[in-house]
Amino acid sequence: MIRFEHVTKRYPGGHTALDAFDCDIGRGEMVAVSGHSGAGKSTLLRLLAVLERPTEGRVLVGGENVSALKRAALPYWRRSIGLVMQDQRLLFDRSAFDNVMLPLAISGHPPREAATRVRAALERVGLSGREKSMPIELSGGEQQRLTIARAIVNRPQILLADEPTAHLDDAYARDIADLFRSFNEAGVTVLVTTHDDALFSRYAPRRLVLSQGKLQ
Amino acid sequence: MRWLRLQMRAGLRAARQMARQPFNTLLAALVVGIAAALPATGYMLLGNLQRLAGNVSAAPEISVFMQPQASADTVRDTDKRIRALAGGARIERITREATLKRFRDNDGLAEILDALPDNPFADAFVVHLDNADAARLESLRAEVAKLPDVEHVQLDSAWAKRLDVLIALGQQALTMLAGALGLGLVAVTFNTIRLQLLTQRDEIEVSRLLGATDAWIRRPFHWFGALQGLLGGALAGLLALLATRALATPVAELAGLYSLEFVLRPLTAIDWLVLLALCALLGWLGASASVRRHLSRIA
Repeated sequence: MIRFEHVTKRYPGGHTALDAFDCDIGRGEMVAVSGHSGAGKSTLLRLLAVLERPTEGRVLVGGENVSALKRAALPYWRRSIGLVMQDQRLLFDRSAFDNVMLPLAISGHPPREAATRVRAALERVGLSGREKSMPIELSGGEQQRLTIARAIVNRPQILLADEPTAHLDDAYARDIADLFRSFNEAGVTVLVTTHDDALFSRYAPRRLVLSQGKLQ
Repeated sequence: MRWLRLQMRAGLRAARQMARQPFNTLLAALVVGIAAALPATGYMLLGNLQRLAGNVSAAPEISVFMQPQASADTVRDTDKRIRALAGGARIERITREATLKRFRDNDGLAEILDALPDNPFADAFVVHLDNADAARLESLRAEVAKLPDVEHVQLDSAWAKRLDVLIALGQQALTMLAGALGLGLVAVTFNTIRLQLLTQRDEIEVSRLLGATDAWIRRPFHWFGALQGLLGGALAGLLALLATRALATPVAELAGLYSLEFVLRPLTAIDWLVLLALCALLGWLGASASVRRHLSRIA
């Protein structure tokens, strides 16, 4: 389903985040990507979400070269994936409900149907009853769950999560890992980057270890 | 249908955004309103002045007043001579009796006139001349003045012409003022939207990550500008209405001094519609320019 073909990402200044990286990820797989800081984990996800373009090579999804998508097509591609960023990017002046509603508003869902889906997504991540809470009123783990609810509310086939358990204590981290596992069991292809090799080794059947932009 | 639905949702988002900051919204609308109120009030006043000028003939007229003791024969003879001199012009004869009656009826002077031993008014003629140049008018005035028992000859069109020219000048000045203030309105909206873009930077970035198109991001800002313009236009209309109310009595009193019945008319429904549409359009233009310029800078 996902194929990285000889992908190199070189930043201005000379740093090479990925170096001729090749990898195939099948539909419905759950893959944990680990490695030291600067190994290229986040770059991998950013290339897949087309937040960046590769310097060389191609990123194919279902046979389509997403790294060559035109600018006008990018929003529609991003609507089809779920993205959990390392820095969460929640809107702190909006309620939990409104944060999760945002992707549905963007894709033009009718308000009533969207509201039902938002409640279902919040329930799925264990935030039922917190619809009106502002993000600042939520714990770190709950904020991460809210970010995940926002990522899954559009029912994506691919879920990308960049260090979703960073800054969380062990119990919260396990909860979050459980969540990703349950999405994967529902048929979603999950790609998670992590520092915590041990945590995801229990959940992800497949692990990729990156070092200096290459698979180890 | 989908386009309309998207526009409606964007309009609602913009309205909610305005409601979230009522003080800022009111202040911005006030700035727009005051800027638009000046040309709106000026337009309303000029319209009234034009209506007043329309009641007064701007075509040249010569008023000829006979001596009060002129005999009926002399007046008839003068009538014939004026007609011969004026060559086909329309001539209106106003008898001294008619003038006396008019003053009795209209000007509350009945008691004073009754106290006089005789009718103090003289017979008069009004010569209506279309398309006569200044030299011809002056020569006719001089010739008529030489006729026997003619007391006074007056060229009446000059002030009406001046009024016409002043109105035309006022219209030009108003157009220039409206243009300048319209530009100001665009600039105010441009800046308001720039600040909105800055304060909503996070939301824009997150929306892009989640798949928002540029059109989706732009739409509520366009609506914001248009709604702000609309609100400002409504305030401008209200200010013009207040000005009409405040000026109505003094204007009526002034008109009364010139024996005129004149009521200051406020903006019509069509004027209101044009004002609101123009302000909304200018707001939309300012917002559109601002979004186009600043959105590309937000990654």
